[in-house]
Amino acid sequence: MAVIKKAAITKTKRPELDEGGMGYLQSLPRRVVTVYLPLLVFVIVLLFPFYWMTITAVKPNLEMTDYANFNPFWVVHPTLEHIRYLLFDTSYPGWLLNTIIISTAATFLSLLAAVFAAYAIERLRFSGARQVGLAVFLAYLVPPSILFIPLSVMVFNLGLYDTPFALILTYPTFLVPFCTWLLMGYFRSIPFELEECALIDGASRWQILTKIVLPLSVPGLISAGIFAFTLSWNEFIYALTFIQSSENKTVPVGVLTELVRSDVYEWGALMAGALIGSLPVVVLYSFFVEHYVSSMTGAVKE
Amino acid sequence: MAVSSAAVQPRPSILSRSLSLLADSRNALGFGFMLPAAALLLVFLTYPLGLGVWLGFTDARIGRPGIFIGTENYQYLWDDAVFWLSVFNTLLYTISASILKFALGLWLALILNQNLPFKSFFRAIVLLPWVVPTVLSAIAFWWIYDSQFSILSWALMEMGLIDHRINFLGDPENARASVIAANVWRGIPFVAITLLAGLQTIPQSLYEAATLDGASRWQLFRYVTLPLLTPIIAITMTFSVLFTFTDFQLIYVLTRGGPVNATHLMATLSFQRGISGGQLGEGAAIAVAMIPFLLAAILFSYFGLQRRKWQQGGGD
Repeated sequence: MAVIKKAAITKTKRPELDEGGMGYLQSLPRRVVTVYLPLLVFVIVLLFPFYWMTITAVKPNLEMTDYANFNPFWVVHPTLEHIRYLLFDTSYPGWLLNTIIISTAATFLSLLAAVFAAYAIERLRFSGARQVGLAVFLAYLVPPSILFIPLSVMVFNLGLYDTPFALILTYPTFLVPFCTWLLMGYFRSIPFELEECALIDGASRWQILTKIVLPLSVPGLISAGIFAFTLSWNEFIYALTFIQSSENKTVPVGVLTELVRSDVYEWGALMAGALIGSLPVVVLYSFFVEHYVSSMTGAVKE
Repeated sequence: MAVSSAAVQPRPSILSRSLSLLADSRNALGFGFMLPAAALLLVFLTYPLGLGVWLGFTDARIGRPGIFIGTENYQYLWDDAVFWLSVFNTLLYTISASILKFALGLWLALILNQNLPFKSFFRAIVLLPWVVPTVLSAIAFWWIYDSQFSILSWALMEMGLIDHRINFLGDPENARASVIAANVWRGIPFVAITLLAGLQTIPQSLYEAATLDGASRWQLFRYVTLPLLTPIIAITMTFSVLFTFTDFQLIYVLTRGGPVNATHLMATLSFQRGISGGQLGEGAAIAVAMIPFLLAAILFSYFGLQRRKWQQGGGD
């Protein structure tokens, strides 16, 4: 007994042993060094490019290159000149519209296909469903960098070259596997009993899908939709390869190929283009950040 | 199986009749439901994959269907120093960026897993680099790495750490380091948030039990956190390695493979030869050459980490 007590006493005298997962036991100075300071550095590094993008977009050209007289980290006379130039003197609004149309269409097409596929694989359990599920997962692992050359040949032969349909039909190659996989996880979380009750009440499979499963999986559909929209908004290599004329380009391709002219880089306009092109996905994402984080981690619950 | 569990319920006569009907039509129904997705994927994914392999054996050019030339493309690439340089670059880029992303991402995840004020705010902010289109953030990096007006050079010179501007993208070694840094910047959030989700599934009671047993902070991490996190690390890093290996956008924006091909990845070389140069066959051959590396990377990171999970599980 005495020995145990002694051991207990010596243990309480060494507080460093009692730390760890229980953060509240840590002293404040220690937390500052191990948690807050590194976090601050991470946040600054991760956000700096966006700050730099924003500040350059509203900086007059004079200040942009004169570091001797103007502190580059701040802007003295903010200007909207670059944004005005971008919106009225370039094809930027057109690219924005193209990107919206293509992303929306590709997202709807993929979601539609993915809902049926995920339901069939997860709930109908037709023979071979497991193998098909695995194949869908493997399809997601096939990168666009391998497919763009044969796809460009196909797109050209189908007469889709330089049309929005080239992108609307090829984006599902990475959207469908992704959405199917995500929705399969979501459908798995819906109790079987609900479907069984409906079956007993004489509902058909179609009714079960549209009246029970889909209304219950609205959060899953939203996150799959947001993911798909973001992925198509960000897509680059297909858009670069399959689209040639300026008026059909998407934002990422347009900004890079049309705004960069010869030796004169119009950094202000470039940064404004990057900023405005990023805003829609950032806004969309900030509204649904909780869905995003939870579904990204596959931990989709109610 | 819904069928067998439902059969336990009362009123089996109606149920079994409707269920047998269902079982009859299940395959047909499954086929119908799979049709849209299967059609899209077979036409635009499986077929092009096969077409790509075929193109690699032809001398197709843009606007001219090629004829079968056997392994000539591959023989040419075998003796092509630029191709081997791009293989080396891709491996260097993938390995160093993945290690950095993993280390920094895990660190950030551990920080975010602490009790922090404004936790969800930080979690949301940290994901931004991953959400924003890569090409657009790469353009911001392009401006940050500008040879003349780089803000990094200016800041370091003001602090007195360097005495002349850094030529970020003009010098081969610097260019490699710069593109890796930009890739790591973009990849950290994905790794961090996925690992954070993994961390949050670890029961707090395990830490408390280990602490009572006198485990140090390092031991808590090594013997509780790491083993339980290994499966999700395996998945996250498999994806991370895969997407880093096939990266195209960042290089295309920042260097287009230059200076003197020092940053050419296999994907950018494939684009340059296949689309810009018009040699579809050769470009396709380079793309096909990526497949063995990809398979190796997937198998390595998947099975390598799976085995460690088993070993650690057995050790407990």
